[in-house]
Formats: sequence, structure tokens, C-alpha cells
Amino acid sequence: MSDSKRPEENTPRGTRPAMPPGARPAMPPGARPAMPPGAGPAMPPRSRPAMPPGAKPSGDGKPRLTRKDFASDQDVRWCPGCGDYAILATVQRLLPELDVPRENIVFISGIGCSSRFPYYMNTYGMHSIHGRAPAIATGLKASRPELDVWIITGDGDALSIGGNHLIHILRRNLNVQILLFNNQIYGLTKGQYSPTSEEGKITKSSPYGSIDHPFNPVALTLGADATFVARSMDRDTKHLQAMLRRAHDHRGAAFVEIYQNCNIFNDGAFFQFTERDTKPHRALFLEHGKPLVFDEGRKGIRLDGFRPEVIDLTDGRWSIDDCLVYDETNRELAQIMARIFFRPDLPQPFGVFYREKRPTYEDLLHRQIAEVTARKGKGDLQALLRSGDTWVIEPEPAEATE
Amino acid sequence: MAVFEKPVEVLPEATVLFAGDSGDGMQLTGLQFARATALARNDLATLPDFPAEIRAPAGTTYGVSGYQLHFGSVPVRTPGDAVDMLVAMNPAALKVHLPRVRRGGTLLINVNAFDRRGLELARYETNPLEDGSLEGYQVIPIELTRLTHEALADSGLDKKEIDRCKNMFALGLVLWLYSRPLKPVEEWLAQKFANRPKIRDANLKVLHKGYHYGETHELFAVRYEVRPARLAPGLYRAIRGVEALALGLIAASHQSGLPLFYGSYPITPASDLLHELSRHKNFGVMTFQAEDEIAAVGAALGASFGGALGVTATSGPGLSLKSETIGLAVMTELPLVVIDLQRGGPSTGLPTKTEQSDLLFALYGRHGEAPLPVLAASSPGDCFYAAYEACRIAVRYMTPVILLADGYLANGAEPWRVPDVASLPPFAVKFATEPNFRQNGDVRFLPYRRDPETLARPWARPGTPGLEHRIGGLEKEDETGNVSYDPANHQRMVKLRAEKVARVAREIPPTEVFGDPDGDVLLIGWGSTRGAIEAAVERLQARGLRVGSVHLRYLNPLPPDLPAIFERYYRLVVPELNNGQLVRVLRDAYLRPFVPLNKIQGLPFQAREIEAFVADLVQS
Repeated sequence: MSDSKRPEENTPRGTRPAMPPGARPAMPPGARPAMPPGAGPAMPPRSRPAMPPGAKPSGDGKPRLTRKDFASDQDVRWCPGCGDYAILATVQRLLPELDVPRENIVFISGIGCSSRFPYYMNTYGMHSIHGRAPAIATGLKASRPELDVWIITGDGDALSIGGNHLIHILRRNLNVQILLFNNQIYGLTKGQYSPTSEEGKITKSSPYGSIDHPFNPVALTLGADATFVARSMDRDTKHLQAMLRRAHDHRGAAFVEIYQNCNIFNDGAFFQFTERDTKPHRALFLEHGKPLVFDEGRKGIRLDGFRPEVIDLTDGRWSIDDCLVYDETNRELAQIMARIFFRPDLPQPFGVFYREKRPTYEDLLHRQIAEVTARKGKGDLQALLRSGDTWVIEPEPAEATE
Repeated sequence: MAVFEKPVEVLPEATVLFAGDSGDGMQLTGLQFARATALARNDLATLPDFPAEIRAPAGTTYGVSGYQLHFGSVPVRTPGDAVDMLVAMNPAALKVHLPRVRRGGTLLINVNAFDRRGLELARYETNPLEDGSLEGYQVIPIELTRLTHEALADSGLDKKEIDRCKNMFALGLVLWLYSRPLKPVEEWLAQKFANRPKIRDANLKVLHKGYHYGETHELFAVRYEVRPARLAPGLYRAIRGVEALALGLIAASHQSGLPLFYGSYPITPASDLLHELSRHKNFGVMTFQAEDEIAAVGAALGASFGGALGVTATSGPGLSLKSETIGLAVMTELPLVVIDLQRGGPSTGLPTKTEQSDLLFALYGRHGEAPLPVLAASSPGDCFYAAYEACRIAVRYMTPVILLADGYLANGAEPWRVPDVASLPPFAVKFATEPNFRQNGDVRFLPYRRDPETLARPWARPGTPGLEHRIGGLEKEDETGNVSYDPANHQRMVKLRAEKVARVAREIPPTEVFGDPDGDVLLIGWGSTRGAIEAAVERLQARGLRVGSVHLRYLNPLPPDLPAIFERYYRLVVPELNNGQLVRVLRDAYLRPFVPLNKIQGLPFQAREIEAFVADLVQS
């Protein structure tokens, strides 16, 4: 590797002090905590679900294939310790459990470390052009709706060079899964700041600190009217698999942001959310119909007007009934959760932020073709060629008849 | 008033230009005259010329809309160098189009529009009808607006509706002048306004009024006749280049059984192809209006990966944006058809004007060694066959193909002999369904194992069990398609991809020579200049020179029989609407002193320009 810098020098995120969660001013006396409509039944503080959030029990169907059947014969060439390995393994474990014939699965990627992914999958795949995977996937899925199309992309690929295609595939709502491996750095080009890098980040291309304001991928995709938006992390493969399964089950464009550690150029960028010591009080797992609690049930989130705030469930002042019960079909709630973005006073949300039902692009496309065909009849090429004003030139020209 | 049979003068050919304000219905008028002309079995070529502005202010020069039509009993190859008759509905139309009228030509002028306001809007300092500036032309002043109002005084229509009928007066009059029947127009009006009988009757009345005006008015001492041309027998229709492109793509889809996926981003003049194709969904055509040019070609390539006929079209700067994806198509060896309706460049350039300046870009405009077949269409009707052939080659050789057309071809129209579907070249497609490698129990699918004849790799669609494979932009190992950085493999693959494209030459039909098979000068052209070049050849032959021409459909690879043809001429001239592009390609390929003839004005060649150049060259 031409990079002479030691990776340790490039880890500003990891060196950040962990912030005490819930460091917010107390509520004014007498103020009633606001409850969202549809708040579910209270849940005892310590009763964590046995299953990872969003996971489904394994079905009765016996998967014909195993993880090994989805691994190609190519050597995986990511750096040792890269978070991509965990994501690859999670996907390879999940696919045999899905009810999809292997030959119908297609992985389309752009360019970047994450985009090598299709080469390692024993499915159909295309490693395409930087940023263009959604465009190529759109043509494939629109013309072959029966295929199960997965887009693999990264923060530079999806949000910088390919930002336009990402928002358009989301608004059109093709039934695909979009897995964005966010490591907040350009890895394959050896360590420049990316569109998700935090301000002030020191990288090779920003020796005095990045002056770019970062994208918030969840807020961006919600803004593009995505019909399914989730966030997960490479270090919690159970949660990741659950999110990927839900993304696959969703009929429409399912966007999953995956916090992925680049141990070479941006080590520890998400450690506060992913590591055992800090994860409980820095990560908040959203679950549909459940109150928002974290820190092993000791803390919760309530809404003060539109503002989320941390409440202590141990001192008797607040109870689980005061916590916000999450509703992943509520667009406004999703927006509020999306805006909890690297805030020292609030835990970072993971899980399904939002989902809605909307017709897919390919369904609308083929429905329209079917409707027009039903109305006009199946196209007759010879008749089409002859359409419009025609006239005949006879072999032996006769006088023009008027 | 007595009606005299006026004498009829027979002309071999004529060029008429209808011009007026955008709101005067000139495109419609021109189209109906073209139709009547086609039904009278003349050969013809048309050139609509409309303003780039969407709704230009009425009466201004930049709001002038024109429709030029060249017709004859002789072969008609261009929309006409010089106009024999200009119908000018207002001063702006006269001002814009007078330079196109030949000296001694006829100006049919709506004098009612030449009031102070009209002259001011056209920026005429003095009235051209009075200041002598039209001397040398045959001016026929007609009170078109007043006569129309007079005819429709009792029609019950309001002033605006009556105004809109005046183009029918002009049409009726010109139909009479060229001895054309009224019937086709009458039928068309009856159909168009079937639900609005008042409008229909008003238009019919004014049409007849115009026709009778010619018959009865002493201004017109003579009428003309252009006799039927000797066209090959068959069923004909008038066709625009964009229509022909659309039909060619649909025909390719139909004959190959591949669903057509058309990805496109709106751009002038390629948008018309998107409009045209989106009308034909009952042929299973998928049209995708993308978010940008890159997505348009990307989606087309994605569809090709899935086994569809992936097509995209663009113009001008759009081709630059598609360049990277075309490179990916070269590397992944997937079929892809990219149609470039060239326009004046660089950058935004002249969006509504024609040019042939993308040839070198089509040939070389990709990073790396990325050859691909490049084809060009030579007339509006030829666009059909060129599009069909581009699709066929793309699929047969598993390669992107660029088809070059231009704004002039796209918008121009000509009579087109409707082909019999059964007569189209065969277009069978075979997808891979089985592993193609078996050795000692090792059974595999090798996505880059090539057909020995065409060197095309197999096309295995996702969804085919057992043929799962990955493709991508990284260099491929020969046969397996695995990523490879091996130096010798890269050289082999570059050579293989080049050889595959070169092998297209094996099926290029023999080059036809127009005019003299040997002699003083050979004109070598490509694209939309065919009509002007061949018209020039005929004129030069008539002047006693031995001149021939070849017109290239295949620009890469070049037809293998060209050197033998070049041998037979003393001089080799390459007329192009650019600053010299094919001429460089030919010099590079054949090391001969090709002479460039370049016009870079956003306008097509006139035959006389080529004629004059060649005549001077021969004399020098």
C-alpha cells in the first residue's frame, strides 16, 4: 500500500469523548409529556425482546441452499478487519432463507470498496460505474420485474457521484434493496473525506479539516420520498440481518444505511454506537409499536412538542408510559428520529425509520403497457409501418385519378 | 365571370416554401401540400424550419415558421437549393426567407399583413412592397386576410377563428397553381374537424376560395404541372426521420423477440424519438424518461443485461455524458444502441441546427481502448433500416453501437416505400441456457467464451439457472470473465474486443457507387448529406465531368472494398458538415490525399455548393 500514514492517525471519530446521554435541561414544572396517537401498551423497563428488533422467526420452509451456495469462487479482497466482511456474511446467511431462486438474484454495485460485493456472491451481478448502480438497476428491474435486485453502494458512490440516481430510484419506488455501506470515508482512493464525513475531519484531502457539511442519509432518503428507510450497523449482524430481511420483504425501494467500520482510514467512526461499552446508551433501537427505551430500559425518549428528549425511567419521575411509542408508518415521527444525528444529548436511532405502501415503478410501467395493449390491441408491425397516409405506385404508371 | 382554361406549363421540379408566423399554421399547410404532392406521385423532400423559441412574439422574425418542399417528376434528393415560390404570410416571413428565393422566383404575399405594425415588428424601415427591393422577383400581392374575412363574413365565426382560416386560402391557391387536386385536403379537413362542422365548413370554403382565385384572377396567366415521378412500385407513405427511427427500433424488437427498452432524457432534437416511441406501448415498448443522460443510458444497459433490447438516444452534450456507460458496455460486452441526433456544437452550440460533428467522438470518445461499431443514416426513410441494422449488429456482436443521424434527418420527410416485414433481414437471438465448458467432469459457464465466428460472448440472462455470473467494468480474464490484472491477459482482451468489432466488416454489403464507376472525382460522404452529394454528382455529370459518389453506412469498421473503389478516381473529395472528420479517418486508414469540403453553418449542404467546389477543383 502506498499509504505511509498509520491508520491510527486517521481516526478522529474514534477519539471523540463519549457524551453523557440525556444531558438536557429538565422540563418546566407542570408540563405534561406529549404522547403520540396510537401509543401502545406499556412495557416493563427491563424486558428486552429475545429476538433482535424486526426479526422474524425462521419459517417452516426448508431452505434448499446454504450460505456456501451464495459464495463465489473469488477471493475476498477487502482489508482484514473491514466491516464489509460482516455484511457479506450476513447477506450470504440471509439469502438461503429467502424464498427466491438463486438465479433470480442480481447484485448491482457502483464503484468503491463496498461495490466489489457482487464479485463475491454466487448470483448474477454487475460491478458497474461509480454512482450509477441505481440507474442500471432501474433498467434491469423495470424490464425484468421478477428478478430480485440488490444495489450495493457506499457513501461516496450513493451520495456524492451518484446522488442524483439515488433520489430518483427512491421517488420512482422500484422494488429493489439498496444497501448503503457508510464508512464516512473514501477507502478505495485511500482516505479522502466523503459526503458523510463530519465537519473538521482531518484526511489526506483535508489536512486542515473538512469544511464540507455532511449529508444525513436517512433524512435525505426520507426527503426523496423513499418508501422504506432503515439504519443498521456491521457490528450487530442480528440486527443487520433483521433489517435486510425487512428490506427484502418490503415491496418498493428499500433503503438501508449500514454503519460500516473502515479500520484503515476511519477506524472507530461509529464505535460509540456499536461497541459494548457505549452502545447501550448511545444507540436507540426503533421498534414499531414499542416505546422508545434504551440503556437496558433505564432510559426512554419522549417528545416535548416536536423535540425528542431523554427521560430517566429509574428515578420515579417518568415511566414507560411517558415514552414515545414508535410508529414506523408515521412520516413526521420518522423525520424527527432522522434528525437525531450525532447528537451528544440523544442516542442515535437504528431500525426501520419509515415505511409506506406505494405502487412500484415496474408495476405501473407494465400495467400501463397492458392497458394500452388491451385498448389498442397487440401491436401489428406491418400495420404500423403502413399507418398514416399511404399511396400506391403501380408497376405500370397509370394516369393519376383525382 | 367567365372561366378560361389557363395554359399549363410543365416543370420537371419545383421548390415551394410556406412561411408565416408560428400561429399561422404553416407546418400544417406545408404538410397538406406535401401530402397532395405525394398523392400526385411526385418524388419529394421536405424541410420544416421552426423557431427554437417556444412561443415567440407574433409578427417577429424569430417567430417565423417555415415549411420547404421540393418535388419533381425527376428524382428529388434534397429539400431544394433555391426556392421557386415563397408564400409569405407576413413581413417577417418575407424578411427571413427572401434570401432563399431564386432570382426571378415568385413571391406570393399577404399584403394585408404589411401594415405599419407588421413592418415594425419585422424591423423593416420601409415597405418592401413599395421601395423596389423586390425587383427581380415576380411579386403576387394578395389581400389574403381581407378575402378570407370576406368569404367568412356570414360564417358566424369570430375574428380570431376567421383569421386562422387564411392559411387554407394560401393552400388552395398554391394547389391550383401546381395543378394539384383539392380532394385529399378536403378529406383531411372533413376528418380533422368532424366534430366541429362550423370550422370544417369555413376552412373548406376558404380553401375553395383560394383555388378559384387562381382560376379566375388575371394575376395568374399560367399554372404549372409537375408530372408523376418514376418511383419504384409499391405502397408509399411520407415519413420523418424520427418516425423512421422509432419504426426501425420497433421492427428490430419485433423481429428479434427482444422487448424494447428505451431510456432517454429530453434533449433537442432527440426528444421527438421519445415522444414517438412512447406512443407505441402496445408493441411492448418500455420508455423510461430518466433523471439525466447518464441514467438514460445506464438504464438501457441494465435492461440489456436483463435480456432486453436496450436503446438510448441523445443529441449534442448528451453524448458526452453517456460516454462512460458506453465504455462499460464495451467492457461488459452487452448489446446497446446509442442513437445520436447530431446538432451544432460544441457545448449547447446550435441546438436546433444540424451538423455532422460527432463522428470523431462516436469513434474515439471513450477513455481506454474502446472501439465499437458506428453507423450512419443517410435519409429520413433510411433511418428505419439504419436503426434496424444498429440493433442487429449490437445483439449479434454483443457490443454497443452508435448510430449517427442529425437534426436535419430527424425533422425532414420524404416518401418512403413501406417494407414488407417478411423482407427484413433475419434477426434471431439465442440466449445461453447451458454451461459452455465441460472438461473432466468440470462443468461451468464461461461468460467470456466467444463465438468463433463473431467473437461475441454468450448472452446469459439473469434468471437462467446454473449460469450465474458476474460482469463489470474491471478487466476480464479471457473466457472466465473473472477480474484479472494479468498484463498479457489485458493485451489479449484489448485485441479481442477490437477484432470482434473489426469482424463486423465481414457482413458489410458491397459499396454501391452512384454516378460514374470511375473518372475524375469520387465524392465520399456519410449521413444526411447523401441527397445533396448525389444531386451534385448528377449535375456535374450533366456538365460532362466523370464523377461518382459513395455513401458510407458503416463508419467503423469501414467497408473493406473502399480501397479498390478509390483506385478508380483521380481525386477523392470528402464533403462533410463539420471541420473535417471523416477525412481524417480516411487519411488514417488509407494514406491517400483526400480533399475535405466542409460546411459548418448549422445548415445542410446545397447541391450547388458541392457542384461548384468539385467543378473548381477539376479545373484547377
